[in-house]
Amino acid sequence: MRALDRKLWRELWQMKGQAIAIALVIISGVAIHIMFGATLDALRQTRARYYQEYRFADVFASLKRAPESLQARIAAIPGIVEVETRVVAGVNLEVAGFTEPITGRLISIPDTREPRLNRLYLRQGRLTAADRNDEVIVSEAFAEAHRLEPGAKLRVVINGRRQALTIVGTALSPEYIHQMRPGSIFPDYRRYGVLWMGRRALGAAYGMEGAFNDVVMGLANAHAAPKVIDELDRLLTPYGGLGAHDREDQSSHRFLTEEFRQITLSATLFPTIFLGVAVFLLNVVVSRLIGMQRDQIGTLKAFGYGNGAVALHYLKLVLLIVLVGVAVGIGIGAWLGQLLAALYMDFFRFPFLDYRLTLPLVLGALLLNLGAAVAGTAFALRAAFALRPAEAMRPEPPARYRATVVERLGLQKWLSQPNRMILRHIERRPFKSLLTVLGIALGCGITMVGRFQEATINHMVDVHYKLSQREDLAVTFVEPTSWRAIGSLDSLPGVERVEVYRAVPVRLRFEQRSHRTTLKGVPSGGDLQRLLDADLRLLTLPADGVVLTDYLGQLLGVRPGDRLIVEVLEGGRPVREVTVAGLVKEYLGVAGYMDLAGLNRLLREGPAISGAYLAVDDRDRPELYRRLGEIPRIAGTAIREQEIRNFHQTMEQTMLFFTFIATLFAVIIAFGVIYNSTRIALTERSRELASLRVLGFTRGEISYILLGELGLLALLAIPLGFGIGRAICAVFVNGAQSELYRIPLIIHPSTYAFAATVVLISALLSGLLARRKLDRLDLIAVLKTRD
Amino acid sequence: MTDHRDRVFLARGLTKIYPMGEIQVQALRGVDLELFAGEFVVLLGPSGSGKSTLLNILGGLDSPSSGAMQYGGRDLSVYDDAELTRYRREHVGFVFQFYNLIPSLTARENVALVTEIARNPLPPEEALTLVGLADRLDHFPAQLSGGEQQRVAIARAVAKRPEVLLCDEPTGALDVQTGVLVLAVIDRVNRELGTTTVVITHNAAIAAMADRVIHLSNGLIARIDHNAQRQAPHEIVW
Repeated sequence: MRALDRKLWRELWQMKGQAIAIALVIISGVAIHIMFGATLDALRQTRARYYQEYRFADVFASLKRAPESLQARIAAIPGIVEVETRVVAGVNLEVAGFTEPITGRLISIPDTREPRLNRLYLRQGRLTAADRNDEVIVSEAFAEAHRLEPGAKLRVVINGRRQALTIVGTALSPEYIHQMRPGSIFPDYRRYGVLWMGRRALGAAYGMEGAFNDVVMGLANAHAAPKVIDELDRLLTPYGGLGAHDREDQSSHRFLTEEFRQITLSATLFPTIFLGVAVFLLNVVVSRLIGMQRDQIGTLKAFGYGNGAVALHYLKLVLLIVLVGVAVGIGIGAWLGQLLAALYMDFFRFPFLDYRLTLPLVLGALLLNLGAAVAGTAFALRAAFALRPAEAMRPEPPARYRATVVERLGLQKWLSQPNRMILRHIERRPFKSLLTVLGIALGCGITMVGRFQEATINHMVDVHYKLSQREDLAVTFVEPTSWRAIGSLDSLPGVERVEVYRAVPVRLRFEQRSHRTTLKGVPSGGDLQRLLDADLRLLTLPADGVVLTDYLGQLLGVRPGDRLIVEVLEGGRPVREVTVAGLVKEYLGVAGYMDLAGLNRLLREGPAISGAYLAVDDRDRPELYRRLGEIPRIAGTAIREQEIRNFHQTMEQTMLFFTFIATLFAVIIAFGVIYNSTRIALTERSRELASLRVLGFTRGEISYILLGELGLLALLAIPLGFGIGRAICAVFVNGAQSELYRIPLIIHPSTYAFAATVVLISALLSGLLARRKLDRLDLIAVLKTRD
Repeated sequence: MTDHRDRVFLARGLTKIYPMGEIQVQALRGVDLELFAGEFVVLLGPSGSGKSTLLNILGGLDSPSSGAMQYGGRDLSVYDDAELTRYRREHVGFVFQFYNLIPSLTARENVALVTEIARNPLPPEEALTLVGLADRLDHFPAQLSGGEQQRVAIARAVAKRPEVLLCDEPTGALDVQTGVLVLAVIDRVNRELGTTTVVITHNAAIAAMADRVIHLSNGLIARIDHNAQRQAPHEIVW
């Protein structure tokens, strides 16, 4: 081995502590990058393949009832290549041993062949037999939630008639990756189920023989969707069409898209920040490390080593650390990515997962780190090469210290000699001190990003479910019903208060923007459903005009006073115009709100309602659930407490893992930064400190001079780190805005406390390690070598 | 007489000014000098007289601010960094006051560091034998005494068989006995390998070893003495 390479290995071994700390920083940055990148790739790839192989439809339409003969006319619409007509029924379900209300959606599948579109992926059992009318396939999620296996029985109430069905299979469908009760934001597999029955059997049970009330279509080209939808709406309106839509407005796809957007955000933001911080630190550490070898560089050059050879020597040292870091980071990242992707696969219930590391992902991590390391090396070497070897070997001229600001202000009598040395040293090299502070601050900041969401989520729940949606139960009717329904709800056991609402599916248009959503009519003076303004104060609905969720207002670009076009997507599908009266603060979901009477007036309908919110006495719940299950007009019942639990569960399932990982890596990075800063300071100043020892300073005193400075820098870094952390959280919050939920920027004091604690403990640990080295400082040796 | 031998260095009107902190130091103020093949020259002068600066320019570690410095008829003062590097690699051996050994390399490896990039070097072991360290090949600098370290540095300097050996206060950090030992090694290299040798010192006693003694003062050559007889290192006392 060449002597220069021996030097490299020996020096690497000597600085192994630091090398490991640097590698850990790189590993953290790379692992996060790979974990998220690979997961995101896997999810996108998997969804694309799932959609393609299981023939997810392009256009969807629901209607009241149309004869089967209409199918040929639908198929004739230009652009449509596949048509599947179906019967879809909202049902109430009963599972033995489960007392709370369960609602579900029964969808027909062809009796004699596989569906052309939205094919089922059978997990267990088989498809329904053509000649049986009591067989059903249930979604895997529902089956698992109730531990139902093929052969199990359940009861459904279809059209008010109770019917016993036998489960013959469990399945997944690209149409119901997300299975949510209409109006819910989060899945609840125990209380909402998707089921499939043979077309003939379901048609008979639902009174749809020879007819259909739902149709899905495959297009040759997805861009043709708007034209197809227009044609289709014209064709279906006489049959009670509820407005055709493309994938963008298909509930499962829409939520999935939103969720992918969230994951994409995390998968971009977290790695960018982590990798960025790691790369920055790498650059700083490398350039200081090489800066310290200035005299050796001079010596090598004196013996005739050229700049190239010297540069290569140091590059090798740096690249070794970086390559090991990147390789281990890729390994750990790939492993974590597999865990995370499996978690998402479970969450989304994908039938398979296409997980693999892509070359661009790996290359990106490698090149970024190499680039940073090479840049740091080049920066330091350029400074060393700028000196003539004679100069490089000479000890640096005494630094130009001067009295610090504090001293010039006449406060020196308050400062001991060591304190003055600390302050002067910081002031003399402000840039270096600043880099140290910035490095520690970045470490501090990123530890906040993983943790802040927990407190935020609690705040969202508090606002949404305690200030705004305060009912115990929400019931929805099969179809708009007259006011008289209240009477029957009032008299149910345990019901203390009833507030009705009207919900209308609409498309809101303003200028060129439009959004499909729900327009809700609520009676004025309600107590169970309340609207809040931007400052979370109660807002009273005006008699006329619509009030929008603030986020919906943003999406549409409207301001109070603007005129909004409302296309109603049910009944006679009227188009109306209404004034935006204001915006309301809502963290979950989006909707438009109107005074109930105002909405009924706008629709020119009688006093119709779509559902009601109930306040109930807990003791009567079981009886109440039973009675509600018997009312055929009730399509669904939502329990608020359960909604809160669902919300938490969803958030935890998807967020907990990566916030934990992110926090873990953030802590490692923070420690790596602080440890490296300490070690570099120790090496740079060991000669000076040994001289002080020779002059009679105690170990404690010289430790104080070195560690006091670092402690001071760490303390300065903490508030800056808070600022950086808050800014990163703000970017995250801003990007995470979606129709599903908007995360407010609320950072709990405990998050700040955690970040500060990480910095302080890292500083303390690094200090203890440095102190051990200081205690072993060989005074004679240090003074003899002339570095 | 030395003048009949080949001229190795020719300096004309060398000046050197460099900034030191906030002040400008004029280290050389116009030096004219000739050095000849195989001769042993001592540069003598108080600190600040410019002798280190002159040595650095001779060795291609630094460039003059003005004036010409010829080596073998080529002007070093116009060399760029790469040319100077090649010059140092092929022609010059350095010995520094503080040895400048690479602490992470053994004696043998410190020498090998230089022989690996030289065209026709001595094997490191032979170079170390030459300086009397045949039994210390695998010791790290920290395991060697000051005199031993300096001898490793000399072995490292001569192993490439340089035309010129430049020593900056080679005994400055050593006691008398060790210093004499080191000087004996330098003297031996000069005599046996015929290497042109320039030694900086502020110790007048060492001057007796030289063919010529160049006295520097305040950035100028004050006078040049010729020794009719070179003294052996062991005869020197200080």
